[in-house]
Amino acid sequence: MEYERKFKIGKPILEVNNISLSFGGVKAITDTSFNVLEHEVRAIIGPNGAGKSSMLNCINGIYKPQQGSVSFRGQVVPNITPNIMAQMGLSRTFQNLALFKRMSVLDNILVGRKLHTKTNFLEVALQLPKVKKEEKLNRERSEEIISFLEIEDIKDTPVGKLPYGLQKKVELGRALATDSTIILLDEPMAGMNVEEKRDMCRFILKVNDELGTTMVLIEHDMGVVMDISDRVVVLDYGKVIGDGTPDEVRSNQKVIDAYLGVEH
Amino acid sequence: MKPVFMTYTKKDLINLAVCMFLSVLIIPSFITTEYWYTSILIPWLCLALATIGQQIVMGYTGQLALGAAGFMAAGAFAMFNLILRVPDLGFVGSLIVSGLIAAAFGILFGLPSLKVRGIYLMVATLASQFFIIWMIDKFGWFKNYDSSGIITAQDIVILGKPFTTPLAMYFVCLAVTTVLTLLAMNMARGSTGRNWMAVRDMDIAAESMGVSLLRTKVQAFAISAFYCGVAGALFAFCYLKSLEPVAFDIKLSFKILFMCILGGLGTINGAFIGAAFILLFPVLLNAIGNNVFHGAIDATIISSIEQVIFGGLMIVFMIYEPLGMAKLWENLKQKLSLKLQSSNVKNLKSSLSKKS
Repeated sequence: MEYERKFKIGKPILEVNNISLSFGGVKAITDTSFNVLEHEVRAIIGPNGAGKSSMLNCINGIYKPQQGSVSFRGQVVPNITPNIMAQMGLSRTFQNLALFKRMSVLDNILVGRKLHTKTNFLEVALQLPKVKKEEKLNRERSEEIISFLEIEDIKDTPVGKLPYGLQKKVELGRALATDSTIILLDEPMAGMNVEEKRDMCRFILKVNDELGTTMVLIEHDMGVVMDISDRVVVLDYGKVIGDGTPDEVRSNQKVIDAYLGVEH
Repeated sequence: MKPVFMTYTKKDLINLAVCMFLSVLIIPSFITTEYWYTSILIPWLCLALATIGQQIVMGYTGQLALGAAGFMAAGAFAMFNLILRVPDLGFVGSLIVSGLIAAAFGILFGLPSLKVRGIYLMVATLASQFFIIWMIDKFGWFKNYDSSGIITAQDIVILGKPFTTPLAMYFVCLAVTTVLTLLAMNMARGSTGRNWMAVRDMDIAAESMGVSLLRTKVQAFAISAFYCGVAGALFAFCYLKSLEPVAFDIKLSFKILFMCILGGLGTINGAFIGAAFILLFPVLLNAIGNNVFHGAIDATIISSIEQVIFGGLMIVFMIYEPLGMAKLWENLKQKLSLKLQSSNVKNLKSSLSKKS
């Protein structure tokens, strides 16, 4: 039975055009292009060192590629920085967790509401009524996300004290709090046990389904990727070697060679 | 159930009421010796205020800065010149403008934080310390061409009323400190403080959430310098009653740094605890020297012992309780409330067993 999606997959929202990135003499990404359609779950897979995280860092503006560009809704983004991308509606999580360790879960998620906070420090210092109103709205939204992710019982715990799997969840929550149109997830399931992985998959699909958020994720676990993504792009040695639906990718000879090794 | 959000909980309001009750009613009616006001309470409030400034930039935003005394000097001399040259501003107006002038210096010397961090930033911010003091010394205009080197601070006059007695000055310091502390707490608990802490804990993630590193860091430096500037002005006008650049040397910057670290990084009440400890500890040591050893220990040795103990405490706190004395205080309170609870349970149990 074909599942009816609330948010139909639409036009390309994010395009990566001929990106090349090198660190000194080491080429991380060579002339790579692919696109992400609105409301889809897009996976980037590839063996270790294939340039997946570098790719995400280029899209997000942390790395500046030597060549190529990133387009958002058909427009090339000039002077791309993490801040500009956040303002355009792109949020992300990090491979090695980049949470605010000494802050509570709730505060971490509230930082995600930054772009929905318009009051300045003077207004905050004086606690003007509009600050209270805005803070209340932001807190309500954050609490919604906390209950959506089923982490109500740890919301006041400093994030640094939480186990890894929960920290990954909090990071997803922080990205969700931005109400972005695209979320980049850098290995959201790394280091998790089977149950936690299943939970995480459920949340990713639920977010995509209920909010229509476009998800771009990097993942090692092939099984998981094939189950939850609409389209997969495969990188190896910084080049695209396969791009298409999970079934297409699975039967692609180049992909099989890259993953299983090939006799020369 | 819908989450209820309040800036201040009931507990905060009780704490505030207790503090105000103690400082406004109890202290003035029980402490009558001038010594306590002129040498302990007034400098305590001034330095606690400067320490809040240091907390904002170092404890909350995580930028290692060392130059609080420089900004204090800027505030103090700005105050002197404003009262001298723009008398229409009045005391409170001058105090605010002096803070703003210090904040301008804060922005200027906070800019290196965008490129360097850690110990290198500390060295870069030292420039503020030396530059401001040098500037005041070099150009006679700042000191109104006074040749003696020490200028007497003008009397404090607010709305035509002179505030010259130690008690009156204490109230001036208390009022300013209270207002600025409340404002600092509002910022620290609100979105502003969250941005600071996000930059402190993980700057790249903060940027990916739309927090501008440039704005947040420069803002923290400016606010920090504002607090130091106001504190410096009060320090000169209520405590020293004179102005000389030497009073704001690097030693004072270090003192404020110690207050910040011992009190507990990233806490507002830690600023008050740290300042009290650093101010009262030498007094305590002197008292011990005089009363227990009856002056057998030389005063210079006592002051050396003081330095040794401060240094030792810094190391101990850095290793065992990086969150400082404010955290110790929290732990103590928690333990007491647990004890109270368990004794309540015991009472309940014993009363139940009696009934049966």
